[in-house]
Amino acid sequence: MSEQKTKVAEAHTGATADHSSHKANPVRSALRGSSGRNLGLIIALALLFVVGAVTSGERFLNLENMLTILRYASIIGVVSIGVTFVITAGGIDLSVGSVIGLTTVVASLTSVQLAATQSSWILMVLVALAVGAGAGLINGVLIAYGNVVAFIATLAMLVGARGLAELISGRSTQIVSNREFLQVMRSELLGVPILIWIFAIVAAAGWFLLNRTTFGRRTIAIGGNLEASRLAGIKVKRHLVYLYVLAGLTAGIGGVMFLGRTTAGTSTHGLLLELDVIAAVVVGGTLLIGGRGTIMGTVLGVLIFSTLVNVFTQNNLDTSIQALARGLILVGAVLLQQRFAARGPRRVKA
Amino acid sequence: MFEEDHSQPLLEVRGLTKGFAGVQALKGVDLQVVPGEVHCVMGQNGAGKSTLIKTLSGVHQPDSGEILWEGKQITLAGPTAALDLGIATMYQELDVVDGLSVAENIFLGHEKASGGVLQVKKANALTRALLERLGHGSLSPSTEVGSLSAANKQIVSLARALSRDTKLIIMDEPSAILDSGEVSNLFRVVRELTAQGIAVVYISHRLEEIRQIGDRISVIKDGRSTASGLSVTDTPREQLIRLMTGRDVENVFPPRQPLAADAPVVLEVEDLELDGHFETVNFTVRAGEILGFAGLVGSKRSEILETIYGARKASAGTVRVNGKPLRAGSVNSAVNAGIGLSPEERKSQGLILDEPIFKNVTLSTFERFARGGYLNERAERDAARGQITALELRPADPDRPARTLSGGNQQKILLARWLVHGTPVLLLDEPTRGVDVGARAEIYTLIRKLATDGTAIIVVSSEIEEVLGLADKVLVIDDGKVLTQTNASDIDEHGVLDLVMKGSAA
Repeated sequence: MSEQKTKVAEAHTGATADHSSHKANPVRSALRGSSGRNLGLIIALALLFVVGAVTSGERFLNLENMLTILRYASIIGVVSIGVTFVITAGGIDLSVGSVIGLTTVVASLTSVQLAATQSSWILMVLVALAVGAGAGLINGVLIAYGNVVAFIATLAMLVGARGLAELISGRSTQIVSNREFLQVMRSELLGVPILIWIFAIVAAAGWFLLNRTTFGRRTIAIGGNLEASRLAGIKVKRHLVYLYVLAGLTAGIGGVMFLGRTTAGTSTHGLLLELDVIAAVVVGGTLLIGGRGTIMGTVLGVLIFSTLVNVFTQNNLDTSIQALARGLILVGAVLLQQRFAARGPRRVKA
Repeated sequence: MFEEDHSQPLLEVRGLTKGFAGVQALKGVDLQVVPGEVHCVMGQNGAGKSTLIKTLSGVHQPDSGEILWEGKQITLAGPTAALDLGIATMYQELDVVDGLSVAENIFLGHEKASGGVLQVKKANALTRALLERLGHGSLSPSTEVGSLSAANKQIVSLARALSRDTKLIIMDEPSAILDSGEVSNLFRVVRELTAQGIAVVYISHRLEEIRQIGDRISVIKDGRSTASGLSVTDTPREQLIRLMTGRDVENVFPPRQPLAADAPVVLEVEDLELDGHFETVNFTVRAGEILGFAGLVGSKRSEILETIYGARKASAGTVRVNGKPLRAGSVNSAVNAGIGLSPEERKSQGLILDEPIFKNVTLSTFERFARGGYLNERAERDAARGQITALELRPADPDRPARTLSGGNQQKILLARWLVHGTPVLLLDEPTRGVDVGARAEIYTLIRKLATDGTAIIVVSSEIEEVLGLADKVLVIDDGKVLTQTNASDIDEHGVLDLVMKGSAA
């Protein structure tokens, strides 16, 4: 230990390189960096707000509607945070939607609800989280140690988890009867529904985890160059498992939120949610090939899509048009990002 | 001197400049290539050779300067424009598609087809003719390229260039991935091309090679031409080095230091085996000692190194660091015990190219700077800055992405990584691959200094001269067998090759 400290100390005294060079033009470097990409997303979001305000006026621009947008964004948002980590590391998780369905079914089983009534509503939450994390663990072990391609492993989980949820529930809807649970999930804090708070907390925690911790550094390093990370001594396989567990865990949280919002558990919860999640993450600026991830971008991506849905609903537009618009936004955002990225220092690669 | 050259230049470049976000890569490059010559372009890494190549092949657009093709001024709007004129480029990282056949690769992008239907027979016949022209008629057009050696992939790449009406071929360090036999084969091919009137721009660091193959030389330093069109035969080596580096390079290898009598054995390798690769490897390395692995390509030198490091799982034997055995097949165990590896393929195995220098430097130590999982980037940056200063890494900006650095400086990042770690054992696989003459001496000095400071070092290189010049002790390896173990000063290149020949004959 002492040896390391002296090395660090040496480095301190030996530091002569100028600090200024990379800060030479803060505006330009900010635009080129992640904040520049986020700026583009904020502009897109602002444009959507203008469209909403122009077409629906007061109906769109009021606090209640803002909360509606956020509430709609909250579940996809939470899961998107977990998936952002997986994608940043160069992986993919297609199973989160199905896993949500499974977690709601297991957590709302009569036996679980009975036990929760006898002990605490938290038991339902823990069961949902455990099921989500367990599914993630299976994904992670298959991918890291079984060398199954992530796309296939999580595709199998997508199909399998949905099937298991149908088997367990007998395809019936299981009503949540635990009053305390429902009360908590419907409660508000400072006038903001708890679902939105959960999204905010998960997003903040995710940002911190990705940008300020060794866990995040490992994630980005593995996504940037898996072999180099392995040869540098990073325990790549173990970390991959953690990442899929994390994604499963956020699916578990999503399951709890579904139970609260719909007051029922069913195997159809979260159907096709993985597509919205991946779209939001990619629009947000996280690279599908890994090595670059942005929580802020993911949050903005989720908000863009949920605002879009809201604007369309306000104008009584067909859901098919909605779907078409989302597809166009996805492609448009990626095209724009590539132009943005091309202006950055990455260009030197050529 | 060369003004008497009456042949009309095929390509003429005047005052070419090119800048990227804050970096002026080319500041004024002149070049004149005549048909049928091998024109060598030399320069240290970072001198701007790659940018020049990319400008000539239409990948980059110059900021100013002129490009003349057969006397007419041209602009190369993109790679296709260059190809259409007859300029083909063979990059260092070969751009062949492994999953396609030889013929499919050669006609990639201009497939032989009628009405959208591929004419396989015609393509194969044309391919055969092209390969004949290159003296490689034995290569089958239908072979999958992924199964070919690097040397044969180059031939495919060259055949592709010939498949278009090419007048100029730019070769970016083509010998870097070849062993000596393959290099002489390549030279034969190059001579056949020039005999047919095709001009070759040959990029290389290796002076000996340029002597063998080149007609004229142009030198670039710091993005500027320092010499243009010198005669290969009339220009002494010292002058070329001076033109490239701006200083005199005399002794490339630093002097060996006597080993302290009580220097402890740090690394012990006992009966190490990897099925199908190598058998019963035994040696020890003491603190302050540099051990070199000498052998030809395919001798399994890198495999031994990777097995010691745990990147491959040994089928038998033990590796001990300071007396403690390592867990076989565990890189983590090796790193924790204090072994660092600078891998053979710097870009794909060593660096995260889009991450800044400092994060690459601390890739195996960032957890030390963290507290309770919370990163301390300031301390990391400071540690990196300390190494940047100590190793004279350029540019000295810890936030610059690793991708933008030259080969020599990327190598320094890897050295810095293990210096910050403080490993007592360093394994260096091809530490000077893609590093030019001037920077090589610098890397050698650094390696020797690390040893003097007490690190036990193993150096693997495909250049026998480098191993013998740098190491204290040498293992001569052939086909996974250790032929002999001797002091580096007791053997020369000839002796090593002699042993290897005998070894494979037996």
